[in-house]
Amino acid sequence: MTPVSRGVDGVVRHTGACGPPVDDAGSVEPVSAATTPVESPWRRALADLADGWRQRELWGHLGWQDIRQRYRRSLLGPIWITISMAVTAVALGILYAGLFGNPLAEQLPYILVGFIVWGFIAGCINEGSEVFIANEGLIKHLPSPISVHVYRLVWRQILFFAHNLIVYAVMLIVFPQPLTWMSLAAIPGFLLLMLNGLWIALLAGIVSTRFRDLTPITQSIVQLMFFMTPIVWIYEDFLNSPNPAIAERARWAELNPFLHFLEIVRAPMLGADQNLRHWVVVLAITVVGWVLALTVMRRYRARVAYWV
Amino acid sequence: MVSITTRDASVDFPIFDAKSRSLKKTVLGVVGGNISSDTKVPIIEALRDINVDLQHGARVGLVGHNGAGKSTLLRLLAGIYEPTRGTAVVEGRVAPVFDLGVGMDPEISGYENIMIRGLFLGMTRKQMEKRVDDIADFTELGDFLSMPLRTYSTGMRVRLALGVVTSIDPEILLLDEGIGAVDAAFLEKARDRLSDLVDRAGLLVFASHSDEFLMRLCTSAIWMEHGRIRQQGPLKDVLRAYKGPEAYPDEGHGAA
Repeated sequence: MTPVSRGVDGVVRHTGACGPPVDDAGSVEPVSAATTPVESPWRRALADLADGWRQRELWGHLGWQDIRQRYRRSLLGPIWITISMAVTAVALGILYAGLFGNPLAEQLPYILVGFIVWGFIAGCINEGSEVFIANEGLIKHLPSPISVHVYRLVWRQILFFAHNLIVYAVMLIVFPQPLTWMSLAAIPGFLLLMLNGLWIALLAGIVSTRFRDLTPITQSIVQLMFFMTPIVWIYEDFLNSPNPAIAERARWAELNPFLHFLEIVRAPMLGADQNLRHWVVVLAITVVGWVLALTVMRRYRARVAYWV
Repeated sequence: MVSITTRDASVDFPIFDAKSRSLKKTVLGVVGGNISSDTKVPIIEALRDINVDLQHGARVGLVGHNGAGKSTLLRLLAGIYEPTRGTAVVEGRVAPVFDLGVGMDPEISGYENIMIRGLFLGMTRKQMEKRVDDIADFTELGDFLSMPLRTYSTGMRVRLALGVVTSIDPEILLLDEGIGAVDAAFLEKARDRLSDLVDRAGLLVFASHSDEFLMRLCTSAIWMEHGRIRQQGPLKDVLRAYKGPEAYPDEGHGAA
C-alpha cells in the first residue's frame, strides 16, 4: 500500500513526527490496560513478563514444536542437531589442533564446549532480533503477552543446548576432563546465560521490529564476534604466548563481553580454573541489560503490535 | 465481570515504507536538522474516538464497508492494539476468531493443531485433552485429524478452527467475517453451535456482511464508517440506517 492512500483504511494524515521512536510513540503513549485498568507502564511491562511466564504450557509446547518441525519427515529427527554439532566439533578440533600445534585432547574439548555455549548465545541474539517480526501473524491475531514469544525462543535454544550436551557427554568419555565439585558452577553459569538471553531477545526484538536494518546488523556483529571470542583459539595459549605482541593483543579480549559469558560456563565444564571476574562482569551486564530491556519494554511494548 | 469499555480510543498506524523504517533516514534526518517531507512518517488513523460500553450479555454486530475499521475495532476490543489515544479496558477471557490460518501449523496433524489452538486461547493441555473427542465429533473430520493440516481444504480448516473455539467457554467472543467457507450442512450445524456458544459467552462482537447471520446472533449493532462509529443501537435500527429503509419492510411498513 502506498503510504498516503486515502480512504481505504479511514482517514490518512501526515504528522511531523519522524525518525526517533520517541517522537513516533512518545506523544501517543498508550493509556489503556488490557486486563487491569489504570496501572503504571512499569507495572504493565512486568505484568507482561509474569503473564507470559504463566503461559509456559503454551510456549513450552511451541518450543518443542519448533524443534520437531525443523526435522519433520527426516529419519533421525532432532538427533541431527547432535550429529551436526559432533561433526563440526570433531572436524574443527582436528583442523585447529593441527594449525596451532596443540594436542587434540586439549583442542577438541575446548572447541566443542565453546561451540555449544556459543550456539546458545548466538541463537538468542540472532533469533531475538527477529522474534516479533517472525511472529507477526500471532501477534496481530491473538492477544497474548509479547514475552510469550521470547520465552519460546529461549526455551527452544535451551532444547538445542540440551541436544548438544549429548556430544559433550560422549566427549567426556573419550577425553576425560578434570571435573570437580566446582564444575557444578556451570549450572548457575548457564542460568545466567538464560537470563541474559531473555533480555537481549526482548530488547533486540522490540528495537529491530521498529528499525528493520538492525536485524542484519546484529547478525553480522554476532558473526564477527564469533571470531573475536576465544572459541576456536585457546585464550590462555595466546595470553601466555612468548611473543609479547600477541600476548598484549590477546588481553584485549577482556573487553569482549562474550568472553565472560563463555568462560562462566565453559571453564567449569572443562574442569578448568575459574575466575571470579568473569562472574562479576556477567552479573553487571545482566543487571544493566534487564534495566535497559525493561525501560524499552515499558515504553514500546504496546507499539510492537503496530510495528510488526 | 465481563465488560469492554473504551473512551475516545483511537488507533493510529505509522506507515514506515522500506526507507523510513531504517536507521539511515532517522540518523540523517536528526543530524541534518531539517525535517523534509520524505522523513515524515505517514499515519493512518484507523480508528477515531471510539466509545463503546459493552456489558455481559451484549450481542453486537459490526457492519460497515470494507476498510471501515471493523477488523481493527475487533483487535482493539481483543486488547491486541492498545489505543494510541484514549483508553480501552477489556475484562474477561477473550477468544478471537479472526484469521483461521493463524496459529495453525500446516505440517502437524489436526489433533496437534487443536491442542495448540486451545493453548493459545488460554486453555491448559488437560482441558484440551478432554475436549478433543468432542471437537473430532463436531468437525466430522474423522481420520483426517491425524493427517497433517496441509492436506486439508479451506473448509476443513474452518471446521477445525470453529470446532476449537466453540468447544471452549470464552467470556468474550470476537468473530470476524470469513467463516463462510464451509458447506451448507455444516454451516447449519455450526450456526446452532455458534448460537449455543453465544448464549454461553458473556459477550459477543461479530463483524459480518451477512444480514442473516447478524439477525440470528446479534441484538445490537455498531456501524463503522471511516474509522469512526457512525451509529450504534438496536440491530434493526442500525441495519435499516446502514442499508436503507427498504431493507426491512416487515416492520412498521405495509406491503408495497
